[in-house]
Amino acid sequence: MVSLLDIIGPVMVGPSSSHTAGACRLGLLARGLVGGTPETALLELHGSFARTGEGHGTDKALTGGLLGFRPDDDRLRQALEIAERDGLAYRFEKTTMEGEVHPNTVRMTVARGAERAVVVGSSLGAGRVRLTEIDGYAVEITGSLYTLVLTAEDRRGSIARIAQLLADASINIATLRLSRKERGGDAFMVVETDEPAPLVLCDGIRALSWVRRVRALDRVSG
Amino acid sequence: MYRALADAIADAEAGGTTLAVVALEAESRDHGRPIDEIRGVLARALAVMRGAVADGLTGDMRSASGLVGGDAAKLRLGPAGPLSGTPFREVLARALAVQEVNAAMGVIVAAPTAGGAGILPAVLTGLADARQIDDTRLIDALATAGLIGAVVAERASLSGAEGGCQAETGAAAGMAAGAATEMLGGSPAQVGHAVALAQQATLGLICDPLGGLVELPCVFRNATGAAIALAAIEMALAGIEFAIPADEVIDTMGEIGRTMDVRYRETAGGGLAATPTGRRLARERLYQIKRA
Repeated sequence: MVSLLDIIGPVMVGPSSSHTAGACRLGLLARGLVGGTPETALLELHGSFARTGEGHGTDKALTGGLLGFRPDDDRLRQALEIAERDGLAYRFEKTTMEGEVHPNTVRMTVARGAERAVVVGSSLGAGRVRLTEIDGYAVEITGSLYTLVLTAEDRRGSIARIAQLLADASINIATLRLSRKERGGDAFMVVETDEPAPLVLCDGIRALSWVRRVRALDRVSG
Repeated sequence: MYRALADAIADAEAGGTTLAVVALEAESRDHGRPIDEIRGVLARALAVMRGAVADGLTGDMRSASGLVGGDAAKLRLGPAGPLSGTPFREVLARALAVQEVNAAMGVIVAAPTAGGAGILPAVLTGLADARQIDDTRLIDALATAGLIGAVVAERASLSGAEGGCQAETGAAAGMAAGAATEMLGGSPAQVGHAVALAQQATLGLICDPLGGLVELPCVFRNATGAAIALAAIEMALAGIEFAIPADEVIDTMGEIGRTMDVRYRETAGGGLAATPTGRRLARERLYQIKRA
């Protein structure tokens, strides 16, 4: 759902809402998937991101997002230098993705310690973004809400159990999407919530024997 | 939020109120946020807009490439023209000012996008200052502009890479025209005509920035986009009606965007970007950015 405040906003460092602010938000989401500033990042740019990214500061904005800078942070201008100083080894490549892919799309392969994520996201215009793929699973994450990304065994009752834990913590579910690559394989659950999930709740979910991985993403817009 | 401007106009008319009010109510309902809080966010946006206008008019703005900058000051201080001393010239200067700040990686409000960020603050603050309109009504105007932009986002696109410049400065001109028409006392129906009048003028407008940079012609498209908005406001407030409803004009923009050649969608593959001078300037300036 489009918010009026997405249209009159964001307040941002120029020059492009899709190539700078949106790129920064995609970087922030990728950072969230590994729980902090990654040590290495491969950023593969597709379409208009690849063709016109440099002049728009897309490289600085993506890197700034990985460093935890928000779109209105004027450190974005120096993000590449700050990344080198702070030990984030980044690399940019140009690519062409197959199929119906939004023109402003990036594939980010990030690693921080044992945490690793491969994520595909697009900048849709006016600073709005959408993650479309995480670790090979199709997702739809806008970053306008808080997001829980769970990897778990594909078993009966899992949605009910997670929903109950969230309800017990007074957290309202906005969207919930489950996907899997094959029957009996891992299930991938994305829950967008109106309130942030507290650490103790994440630990509670993590403690379930059939849950493999819990990642909590902060809101990056709205 | 509304998906059709016609629905918002009908609700405002039925309630005997403004589009700003129905937009704020819809936003509050959709996202569970109190109206005062939404107005607070818009007030901060207005402050940033005014800051960008001031920086651009007084500062020495130069983009990294050096392709644009310093032209807002020319309208402020340069030789007089036939429209000197009118809000028209001031609005043009402010539109250039905000876009020069944007190109220099300064802080602006993307409304709806950074590439079209000069039009709304220029038209709204330029006309409000000329008429001594207070910030409460300016914040209402931003809500109306947000409603119009949300309808464009739903029905068409706000991305130059998807829909060309008609989706960025064109949408911004429609938002500014509708919002200012209401701010100046126009009815909800007149707002609809203002949006249609502004956006019909930008249908088919391509996105062809030199080197893909949000600089040339973007900075000037903001000034001319603001001029189109002013023309639409003047016509709508005079009671002129545009026969095709705003929603259908917006749908047309979306359809043109979907079939627009990729060269004309922010890729620097066509239009002014592909002219001999455009290519030469882009080559020289991109080299300069890399070296910096």
